[in-house]
Parts: sequence; C-alpha cells; structure tokens
Amino acid sequence: MLSLGLLFGTAVFAPLLGAIIAGLFGRVIGDAASRIVTIALMVLASVCAVAALATGLDSGSQAIAVPVSTWVQAGGFHASWQLRFDTLSASMVTMVTVISTLIHLYSVGYMAHEKTPVSRFFAYLSLFSFAMLMLVSSDNLIQLFFGWEGVGLASYLLIGYWFDRPSANAAAVKAFVVNRVADLFFMVGIALVFLQFGTVAYDNIFALVPAHASSVYHLFGSDLRAYEVIGVLLFIGAAGKSAQLFLHTWLPDAMEGPTPVSALIHAATMVTAGVFLMARMSPLLEYAPVAKDVVLFIGATTCFFAATVGLVQPDIKRTIAYSTCSQLGYMFMAAGCGVYQAAMFHLTTHACFKALLFLSAGSVIHALHGEQDMFRMGGLWRKLPVTYAAVWAGALALGGIPPFAGWWSKDAIIDGAFVAGGLGLYGWVLGVAVAFLTALYSWRMLFLVFHGRPRVPELADHAHESPFVMTLPLVILGIAAVVAGWLLYPYYVGERQAAYWNGAIFNGAENHVLANLDQLPALITLVPTIAAFLGLGAAVVFYVLKPELPGRLAASMRPLYLFLLNKWYFDELYDLIFVRPYRALARVLWHGADEGIVDGSATGLARLTAGGSAQIVRIQTGSIAVYAFTMLIGLLALCSVFLFFG
Amino acid sequence: MHFPLLTVLIFLPLLGALLLLLLPGKSEAAASSARVVGLAVSGVSFLLAVGMWFGFQPSLAGFQFQDRADWVPGFGISYHVGLDGISLLFVVLTTLVTPLALLAATRAITTRVRDYVIAVLALETTLLGLFSSLDFVLFYVFYEATLIPGSLMVGIWGGPKRVHASIKFFLFTFGGSLFMLLALLAMWHVAGTTDIPTLLHTRFAPALQSWMFLGLVLAFGVKLPIFPLHAWLPDAYTEAPSSATAMLSGVLSKAGAYGLLRFAIGILPDAAHRYAPVMIALGIVAVIYAAIIALSQTDMKRLVAYSSFSHMGLVLVGLFTLNATGIDGALFVMLSHGIIIAALFSALSMLSDRAGTREIAGFGGAASRMPAFASLLMLFTMANIGLPGTGSFVGELLVMIGAIKVGFWVALLSGMAMILGAVYMLVLYRHVAFEAASGLVAAMRDLDVRERLVLVPLAVITLWMGVYPSSFTRVFDPVIGQLAHSFDLSAQSAAAVSAGSRTLS
Repeated sequence: MLSLGLLFGTAVFAPLLGAIIAGLFGRVIGDAASRIVTIALMVLASVCAVAALATGLDSGSQAIAVPVSTWVQAGGFHASWQLRFDTLSASMVTMVTVISTLIHLYSVGYMAHEKTPVSRFFAYLSLFSFAMLMLVSSDNLIQLFFGWEGVGLASYLLIGYWFDRPSANAAAVKAFVVNRVADLFFMVGIALVFLQFGTVAYDNIFALVPAHASSVYHLFGSDLRAYEVIGVLLFIGAAGKSAQLFLHTWLPDAMEGPTPVSALIHAATMVTAGVFLMARMSPLLEYAPVAKDVVLFIGATTCFFAATVGLVQPDIKRTIAYSTCSQLGYMFMAAGCGVYQAAMFHLTTHACFKALLFLSAGSVIHALHGEQDMFRMGGLWRKLPVTYAAVWAGALALGGIPPFAGWWSKDAIIDGAFVAGGLGLYGWVLGVAVAFLTALYSWRMLFLVFHGRPRVPELADHAHESPFVMTLPLVILGIAAVVAGWLLYPYYVGERQAAYWNGAIFNGAENHVLANLDQLPALITLVPTIAAFLGLGAAVVFYVLKPELPGRLAASMRPLYLFLLNKWYFDELYDLIFVRPYRALARVLWHGADEGIVDGSATGLARLTAGGSAQIVRIQTGSIAVYAFTMLIGLLALCSVFLFFG
Repeated sequence: MHFPLLTVLIFLPLLGALLLLLLPGKSEAAASSARVVGLAVSGVSFLLAVGMWFGFQPSLAGFQFQDRADWVPGFGISYHVGLDGISLLFVVLTTLVTPLALLAATRAITTRVRDYVIAVLALETTLLGLFSSLDFVLFYVFYEATLIPGSLMVGIWGGPKRVHASIKFFLFTFGGSLFMLLALLAMWHVAGTTDIPTLLHTRFAPALQSWMFLGLVLAFGVKLPIFPLHAWLPDAYTEAPSSATAMLSGVLSKAGAYGLLRFAIGILPDAAHRYAPVMIALGIVAVIYAAIIALSQTDMKRLVAYSSFSHMGLVLVGLFTLNATGIDGALFVMLSHGIIIAALFSALSMLSDRAGTREIAGFGGAASRMPAFASLLMLFTMANIGLPGTGSFVGELLVMIGAIKVGFWVALLSGMAMILGAVYMLVLYRHVAFEAASGLVAAMRDLDVRERLVLVPLAVITLWMGVYPSSFTRVFDPVIGQLAHSFDLSAQSAAAVSAGSRTLS
C-alpha cells in the first residue's frame, strides 16, 4: 500500500512543487525553464495519478488513507492533513491532472505573445491544480475547504491575470466575493457537521450518519431535521463554486481571464467541485430528502435558465460559459435525483468536451487577435481546419448526438430524473427542453464562427491555424469527446458501476433510480435524443438556410430577447439590492455613526473630563512629564486607597 | 535560588533603553548606533523568549518560570511574574514584533532616532511585564506604563494630526484603566491579596462579580477595543508611525483581550457566564460594523485600522463562547492577527513612504513595478481575509466551531467577516497593486533587503501558523481546556440547581 500512497501523494503534491519553483524563482530561471518545470511536474502527476487509479482498481480495496501530517488540533477539534484514496477521489485526480497537463501545454502557445514574463501564469496554473487536487483528495471537510478556497484564490488570480484591465479586476473581485458568500454558508454547514458528529473526517461522519438520522436542529423557531439543514448549507456552498442559480453571476464575468484558464477552471475542474461535494457527501445527502429536492430544483432551473441565456449571447466565450452553467445544472439535477454516479459521469465527459470547446474558442480568438464577438467572425473553417474539426467533435458531444460523449452521460441524467419521479419530472421536462436548446446554441456557435461568409474580411484574412502545441491538446481532447462516453459508461453508471465505485458513492436503501435506469421504456429514453436532433435541425435552419430569421425573431419578440440578452437582469438586480445599498451604508456608517456619534461623543467626553478645551491644548505639548504625572495620579489613588482600607 | 530568566527578559529592553540614554544625543552616528543597540537588545530578547517557548512544558499545570519577591507584603502585593500557556506566546509575539518594528522604522524615522528606539524598548518592557505579571498591581503598573511610550510614539513621530490622536489614545486608555483600578481594589478588599494565582481560586460573590466585570470590561474594552469604545483607534493607528502602529495593533491591542481572558473570564466566571450573550453581541456588532466602514475608507492605514477592529470583534466572540474551541480560536486569532496586522501596516507604509501619501486612490499598478512587494502584500491580504493555509483561518475556524456551539446565528453573523473582509481587502489590493501603472508608482523601486527582512519572516510565520498550527496550540490548549472545563462544570451545576429547584417548586 505504500507504493499506492506514494503514487497518489506524488500526483497531488508535484504541482505544488511546480508552483513554488515557477512562482518564487520564475524571474531568476526564466520563462522557458518555468514552463518546462511546471509541465514536467504536471506530466509526472498525471502518470502517477493514472498508475494509482489502475493499482487501486486492481487491488479492489475500499478507501485508503494516506496520512501527511497533523493540522488543527485544539479544543476538542481535530482535522489532519490526510489524503483519501478511493475511486471517487482517484478518478477526479486522474481527470484533473490529465486535463491540467493538456492546458499547461496549450498555454505555451496561447501565452507566447505576452509582453510580460509568463512564469507567473504557469505558477498560478500549477497552484490551481494543486488546490484542486487537495480538494478532491481530502479526507475531511476542512482539508476540502482548504482546497476549495485554494482554487478560489487561484481563480481570482487567473481571472485578474491581466491586472491592468479594470474589467478583469472587477471580474476577479466579483468571483471571489460571490464565492465567499457561498463559502460562509458552507463553513457554517461544516461547523454544524462537527456539532452533530463531533468530527469532520469522512469515515467517522459516514459511520455515524444512520445512527443520528432523526436528530433535529432548532432553527427559525422550529425543529428542523439536522441533516436537511446541513445538506442545504453544503449545497449553498456547492452552488457558489458551481455557479448555480442566484450565485452564478460571477461565472460569465470570469471569462475576462485568459482562455486556457476558462477551459481549466471555469469548465473542466473548479466549477465541478460543487458536484463532487454532493457525490462525496452522498452518504449524508441520502438521508436528507428535502435537501435533495432543493438540489434538484435549483439544478434543473439553472440548467434551463443558463441555456436560454446562452442562446443569444454574441460573445463566444460567454456562450460557452453559460453552457457550462447549464451543464452543471444537469449534474446537480442528477445529484438531486440520487444518481450521483450519473453526475460524476457527466462531470467527466463534460470536462473533456467543454475543455475542448474552450480551447477551440481560444484557438479562434488567438487566430483573430483577441476578437470574441461571433458576429464579427464567419467562414473560418478553411483557415482553421483542426480547430473546426475540434469544434465539431465538441458540439456533437455537448449537443448530445449519439454516440458522442455527452449523449451517454446527459441521457443517463435525464432518464434518471424520469425514473426518480416526483420533482424529478420537473427536471425531466426542463432537461429535455434544454437538450433541444443545447444543440441549438452549440451549432449556432459553430455555424456563426466557421460557416457563411466572413463578416469582417480583414479579420478573417489574417487568421491562421494555431501552432502544434495548441492543436495537440485539441486533437487529444477531441478524441476523448468522441470515445469517452461509451468507454466509461459501463464503469460509471453501467453494469460494472458497483464494482468500480466500490462504496465511494452511497445510494440509500430506498434509492433504486440507478438500478431501474435500464427498465425505462425505449420511447422515453429516445425523447432527449430526438430533442437534440431537432435542436441541430433548428440551428441549420436559423443559421445556414435562413440566416435572416434569428434577427426577425429577435425584433418581433424584443422584450424576451432583451430579457435573455441581459441574462434575466440578475446583475442589475444585485447591483440594485446589494452593491449600491452596501456602499451607501458604508459611507453613512462612517460619516454618520462613527465620526458623528462615536467619535463626537468621545471628544465631548474628553473635553468634559479635561475641564475645557484649553486644558487639552495644554496637555498637547506632548511632554513626558505630563503623561508621567497623570499616571502617577492613578498610582497615588491606588496607594491611598490601600492605606485607607489597610 | 534559580536564575530569574523571566525577570531578565522583561527588563533587558529597559536596560538597553537606559544604556541609550547615556549615549550622546543627535549625531548621525548616534542614530545608527542607537538602532544597532535596539536591534541587538530586542534580538536577544527574542532568542530568550524562543528558548522559553522550547523549555515550556504544556502538560504541567500552573505557571512556569516564576520569579517572586516581596514588594508591599503588608498588603499582599508582591513582585510576582510567571508564564502559563496563555501568556507565553504573547511574550514571544512581543519579542518578535519589536525588532521587526525597529527594522521597519529605519527609513521611516529620521528625527530623534535615539529617543524613538528608547520608546520602543520601553514599550517592549512594559508589554513583556504586563503579559508575565502574576500580581494584579504589578499588572496594573505595567498596563499603565505602556501608555507613556505608546502615546509618545504617536505624539512625536506621528502624522499631521498626531497630537490629537495621541491625546485621544491616552485619555481613552487612561480613563478605562480607572475602572480597572476600582475592580482591582474591590478584589483586593475581598481577597486580601492581589496575587493572581490566588485570585484565580477565589470565588467572589456573584453580585460583586458583576460590578468587577463591568469595570474590567470598560478597562480592557478600550484597549481591544469593544464597540463603541473604539473612537481613539482609527486616529491612533493612522497617525502613528507604522512601526509603532505595528506594535500598538499587533501587540498592545492583544493586552486588552489578554486582560479579558485572564481577569474577566478567569477570575469572574459567574459574571462572564452571565454577561456572555451581551459580550458576544458586542463582538458581532464590531465584526460587521467595522468591516462595513472599512470599505469606504480612502486612507489605506485607516482601512487596515478598521479591519483590525473588526478582527478584535471576532476575538471577543471567541472568548465569550466560553468553550475550549472558541477560546482557543480567539487566542489563535490574536496571535495570527498580531503577525498579519503588523505585516500589513509595515508593508503599506513601505509603499506610502515611497509615494508620500496614504490615499488609496493615487496608487495602482504597483504589481508591475514591485513584484516582490505585490506578492507579499497578496499573501498578507489573503491572510487577513482568512484564507486556509494562513494562520487566521485556523483561528477563525475554531471561533466558528466554538460559536456554533452557542448558536447558529452567532456562527453565521460572526462569520460575516469572511465576506465583508474579502470585500474591503480585495478592493484595497486592487487599487493599490493592480490596474494600470499610475504615475505615482512609475519610479518606485522594489523592496530592499531590510524591508524584505521585515516582511519575509512574517510571511513565513503566517504560513507556518496556517499549515502546522499545533506548534502554537499545543502550548495553550491544555490550560484553556481546564478553564473551559470549569465552565462546563459550573454550567452543569447551575443546570442541576435549576432542575433541582424546579422539582422542589
């Protein structure tokens, strides 16, 4: 077991070493060396991760703990630095290291024209990878929170990488603060877990869950089931990181960061941390049906909301960002239905094809020297053949066309929602509708960018395919987008899932959704696929056959169009009810309360005690004698009282 | 007779200060030799303190390194010093911050350098004395004595409004101390001694405890500060030279919290238990109120001053959760905040001294000119926000765990610092370090060796506290455990009494 622990530990800590070397010594050793070091260590991490996963699956044992060190140990509270190896963490570690390696590689080309040293960029990427790996490999909730905040920090640093741009700064701060709001609830949730179980280590919690199932927590003047409260609090944390409804506003703005960052952090890995948390806490969530319904409802609604917004965005990256938000909604829907396996399946396939789409978008943007508006593109397929093929692969996978990756995982979720019944049917209806919308906006993007005539010829004329170091990751991810679905299906949700997960994901005794997935009538399982084909067809009509149609539709339904274009006005609403009042409150409290009342009355009191302002002026000489004398008065009073009583 | 190690440590800086008094006044050579003497003396003190940290045995109950001499034996007053797990680390913190403050002052303080070094060393002695006193009168003397070097540092070497700030600082603290004096007298009157170990085992009548408690809260509440006794703080922290601010906010404010823990909670458990809800509420108000006001500040030091106030609110919440986790957390916040706030004030003053202004609006783009500075400031910013991996996270986590034992809303509201702190710190960082380079920073050079010597150790300690906090918690966890245990017992007995009375009635 030592070798497995060593492999797993290397996979997690190698990126940290890379981040330290490139971060602290990047200016000394230079950009080239920083790139080589970080990439080499990421490759090492990937190899170790794959080897560890293979070894672990071979040995077939359940969770293995890899102790590192003690951490917080005070006042009866205990949390240690310890890695946890089970199928859930190992498959996440493998996915993260592999995708991160590809994106490190891609960044070499993408960031080649930067004027400032890029060692900082690679240090951040590696730091992010380390934090993400700590998150997924943690053995307790506090260490998970360490990774959770670590990825938040890296995300903040990378969104604001071009720190001379005000918009990038604003987006970075927004991402951090919105996530902090969610994290506060997450933290309180963790504290409640500790209050309930007296521990934050997974194994201990999970062992105690069945015994405490009926315990209640007094809140809002009534006794609520403790697990429901904990479940909802943890979900709020997850919703922040995974950009679910009401806490999603930071994700589209996060596109201010360099595109490789969007691919790594805001598509493949960090934003899926919330879904991972749901799967990780499945032993507890399975005992919290109301919390699961909340997850399902918010997930399904986000799924629909984001897809409608993604339909009309002109910016290529924002379109994909809303698509990510929508796909994450699918994953939460799955978790809410109790099919965490399907959520993890979609998480994995989505990581491949969404990273692919973002990197392809990056390749387009790179070719057009920073242009992101799809209505200034068009006809690029001849110029960028590899990228074009990659986007096709990505769109087929994202759109849910069989037999590409997304079709397998998305259908498993939509079917799961139907089997779950109840609120699941709400999820099913929206899920099917979104399957249509997804295909529509995917091919809208593809057609707008690559087909038709170039809308801005001078931009298109200078376009050129990206260098090999950028197209290689596209090719690898493209292949993954094609094959990942049927390759992984048997293990993630198919007949071998029980042996594969090996207890890492828990389904309650009453939860037969996964087992009944096969019994669904063929007609029902075909519905999302039909919807996807209809979406593809609609895209062909709108953007190839009758390109004038979308404009006319938008004009005839202008209020709806504006509503979608402005993202359901969430930003404006939040600005109105949170941001402005808060700034105003800050000013009022400062000038009104603190300077006016607290300080004013204090000064008044001081005048009173000193016997008039003239006295103050006299003491203001700042001489030691006066201070010493004043203090002596105190001592004198002390002594006299002693004498008096003595 | 053993070697009086602790006494030597306490008075070593004062000895250095006296030595400097003999030095001839104003020449350039005198200034630099004063700096050297100051650094040497405070450096030796630091080594001594670290040695005591290693020699300290957390498992032993009671005070260690005790020195005792009769002072006014007729009244039960003695010179009695010693350390337990609570005070030891504050002694270490004091000896750490002092040499760094002297180092940071090298460039900033150019007038009356010798006197400044004397003031710093004198302040160190008074701080060491106050944390090690095991006699209430001795404590009071040291506590009051901090005021003289403290307000002189503000009043002589401070900014434009220094005199006003100094007077306010002095009057507030002094006014508060008078109430401590009353409480002290009452305790002495009942117990017949001011020996702290004896007082810790004296059970005062509950009604009397309430009055004593009020007095102590007024006294220490000014120093901490507790809302609304903080009116002196923004002015003093802002106007003082940054090396002095580092000592005031990093160490002296902890004296208030230390006093609350040692006296108000340790000696007056019944009153502490009774008024805990009020104190927690005041703490929460400070956390939120100060964090909101911090956002609208235009002066970077003032912003950090309010941030410090906000964190002290969290300390107050942690202390009055009255359970081991919460108090451990409060202590840890105090220690980590001492390091971080000293670092923040020092770092920002390195920037403002270069520019000649503290207005946040004028900066921007420092990151492109001063990468080392920007990286360190980022670390301290994140530490102040409480990011895991830094010391303050450990403290805030423990406070939150302690708070949830008191109630959901206590945890949620005191946790608001997580959000509001991120808002003002990131806005500050953005305007100072990010954005396009402004004309102000165009000609700025990055940190020199001396400045790095100040900030890098603080950065390392911040990370150390975040990654391996056991080095620190192992020192005070046992003694806090005992303290909290007595609260659990008294809560149980109170519950038993009320249950008993219910059955009787």
